[in-house]
Amino acid sequence: MEENTIISESGATAETKSSVPGSTGGFFRSFWGAIVDFFKKDLVRYIVRRVLMFIPTLILISILVFFVIQLPPGDYVSAHIAQLATEGELVDADYAAQMREDYGLDLPVWQQYLKWVKDIVWTPTDSTYYRLYHSHHNWKFSFAYGRDVWSVIKDRLGLTILVSAVIMIFQYVVSIPIAVYASTHQYSPGDYISAVIGFIGTAIPNFIFAIILMYLSYKWTGNANVGLFSQEMLQNGVHLYNFGEFLKRMIIPIIVIGTSGTCGIIRSVRAQMLDETARQYTLTARAKGVSERKIVMKYCFRAAMNPTVSGLGGVLSSLFSGSTVTAMVLNMQIQGPVLYKALQSQDMYLAGAIVMVQAVLVVIGILLSDIALAFLDPRIRYSGGNR
Amino acid sequence: MAKKIKSKEDYYLASQWTLMFRKLKKHKLAKISLIILAILYIGALFADFLAPYGLDEFDGLYKDTAPTAIHWKFEDKNVGPHVYKIKKIIDKKTFEVKFEDDTTEYYPVKFFVHGTEYKILGVFKCDLHLFGIGEGSNGGTGAKIMLFGADTLGRDIFSRVLLGARISLTIPFASAIISFFLGIAIGSISGYFGGALDMVIQRIIEVIGAVPQIPLWMALSAAIPSGISTIKMYFYMTVILSFINWTGMARIVRGKFLSLKNEDYVMAARLSGVSTWKIIWKHMVPGFMSYLIVSMTLGIPGSIVGETSMSYLGLGIKSPATSWGVLLQEASTVTDVASHPHKLIPIIFVTITVLAYNFLGDGLRDAADPYK
Repeated sequence: MEENTIISESGATAETKSSVPGSTGGFFRSFWGAIVDFFKKDLVRYIVRRVLMFIPTLILISILVFFVIQLPPGDYVSAHIAQLATEGELVDADYAAQMREDYGLDLPVWQQYLKWVKDIVWTPTDSTYYRLYHSHHNWKFSFAYGRDVWSVIKDRLGLTILVSAVIMIFQYVVSIPIAVYASTHQYSPGDYISAVIGFIGTAIPNFIFAIILMYLSYKWTGNANVGLFSQEMLQNGVHLYNFGEFLKRMIIPIIVIGTSGTCGIIRSVRAQMLDETARQYTLTARAKGVSERKIVMKYCFRAAMNPTVSGLGGVLSSLFSGSTVTAMVLNMQIQGPVLYKALQSQDMYLAGAIVMVQAVLVVIGILLSDIALAFLDPRIRYSGGNR
Repeated sequence: MAKKIKSKEDYYLASQWTLMFRKLKKHKLAKISLIILAILYIGALFADFLAPYGLDEFDGLYKDTAPTAIHWKFEDKNVGPHVYKIKKIIDKKTFEVKFEDDTTEYYPVKFFVHGTEYKILGVFKCDLHLFGIGEGSNGGTGAKIMLFGADTLGRDIFSRVLLGARISLTIPFASAIISFFLGIAIGSISGYFGGALDMVIQRIIEVIGAVPQIPLWMALSAAIPSGISTIKMYFYMTVILSFINWTGMARIVRGKFLSLKNEDYVMAARLSGVSTWKIIWKHMVPGFMSYLIVSMTLGIPGSIVGETSMSYLGLGIKSPATSWGVLLQEASTVTDVASHPHKLIPIIFVTITVLAYNFLGDGLRDAADPYK
């Protein structure tokens, strides 16, 4: 309730100041005024500023990724042609020259970068690339897969996001109640047990944890549950009747990838809760006879949620990080194994694109969490979000 | 009474580091962790001596064998610790290869035996090992002691864990030190000078922080040329791991600089004509060194897991060099784990080290906090 009044108040003050001078007529004036008012609202201004800050971040990510792509010694096209030659394929000089031009290899590095970005954003209709793939976004050619980089990424992007989202929801659903319990029962056996389990989750590298669970699953159920889909699902697709099987195959990834992040969330929420319970207002509420349950849920918990929401981007980043190696061991159909295959064959444009897509997803996560935080906490809007 | 006053005086006169150390000593978990880490690092330092076999010493007979059992009694006589040589038996029905102890003679476990030659600390030549197997009771040879079993080539996993610890324990440590200095340098520039430079550095830090760690590490490791020497590989891995870790450090340094740069003592130093770098290093950095060390300690576990994961995937340390991740490559499928569970033993060391660094970091953080 309080938030709404703040917004409308600021809106009202803005209206009095910003009414456009002149006599252009009633409708246009009120329309223009409404737009100006809209952008004068703190929340909207904050969101616009955050979205604008997304652009330089995006540019920096692309520079970082291009740096990574350029790192391996030797140039990409010569390596590819050498590889083709060892496989016994004849490469004609025209093809090589055309590729060199497509990758801009004869240009200085910064022009190569600009060309790379330009090709991704827009490839003209008369280019060879467009004639081949009918796409305006040239992400270059993946040697490891023998097709366009973007088509390789697109294949698994949806599933990667889905799996990450499911695991993320699991992490929050599990860790927040545990953290609240641990903070209200500080130094109790439950507190210690949660700390130990969380620590072990972080201390055992994901890939070994996955193998051990696969082994246990094999021992107890006779099925190692490798991969996200069964043979039958790959043939017939995922439907309602075999969705249970899909969920069953999600258990190990959720446990393996989920536990490593859960520990971090538990620790930060617990610390936040403890900070809040030590505050003056908690004491006041208690002195006034507010029930303990209400103090925890209505006062401390809400305040403790803010840093948790703002940590969402970091959680997403560590989730991608954790799922990469785990996916290789569990043979999951997400981006991790593709990245591995790309790196093994030095297919740097594919590898770089995957890193870039993941980083952009994380930045979008940060953006969303910042906006969510602005809704939750009015102070953020006023301070301008210069955190 | 006098003693009490003395101790109070001690308390007020003690430097920040002494206070921190005293608090750390009270933190039991951190103390135990510190001892465990000390043992691990000393073990790695003298790995050649502690390990009964060299890095590449192998015996085809012992391929994939489970840990060697140590016996005390031979034909109801107490003859001290000894092992038996194994013999290969092929099941006549299933043609399954099995190993059995050859109990016709025993091989005593001896201390300070001569074995593979190595160099102590890389200088003195020596061939003494802490323990090993002596001659058999009937004069036979060829028995081995493999406390953690053997890998697919018949190499002793115990020796390889010890020798691999050299890389696995020092790469994260070295990269933490590199990121420590990088973080101070970049963070202090950002915090001290501010302005547009600060803005750019902060955005870069944000971007590196947003890129998922392990994929970025993997992509960077693709730049390591193949077929280079172990030392170069070690160097590359260290640099790659510190490529990401410095950002956290730089952020702390910058925050502290912003709050410290307007303090009176910094102003006084500046007025007295002290150079900028001297102000940074002599006056400001010592003020928040403890926070930096905490952050450095808490950053190490991530690097250990990162190095292990990458070496496991074959993107980091590669044979013939050995790290714990390389050892774990042997346990990469369910069948490996099901039939040779002893190949998981290196994971115990990874887990213990990561836990120890985490607990030590927690203890240091509590100790560095003046309000606790």
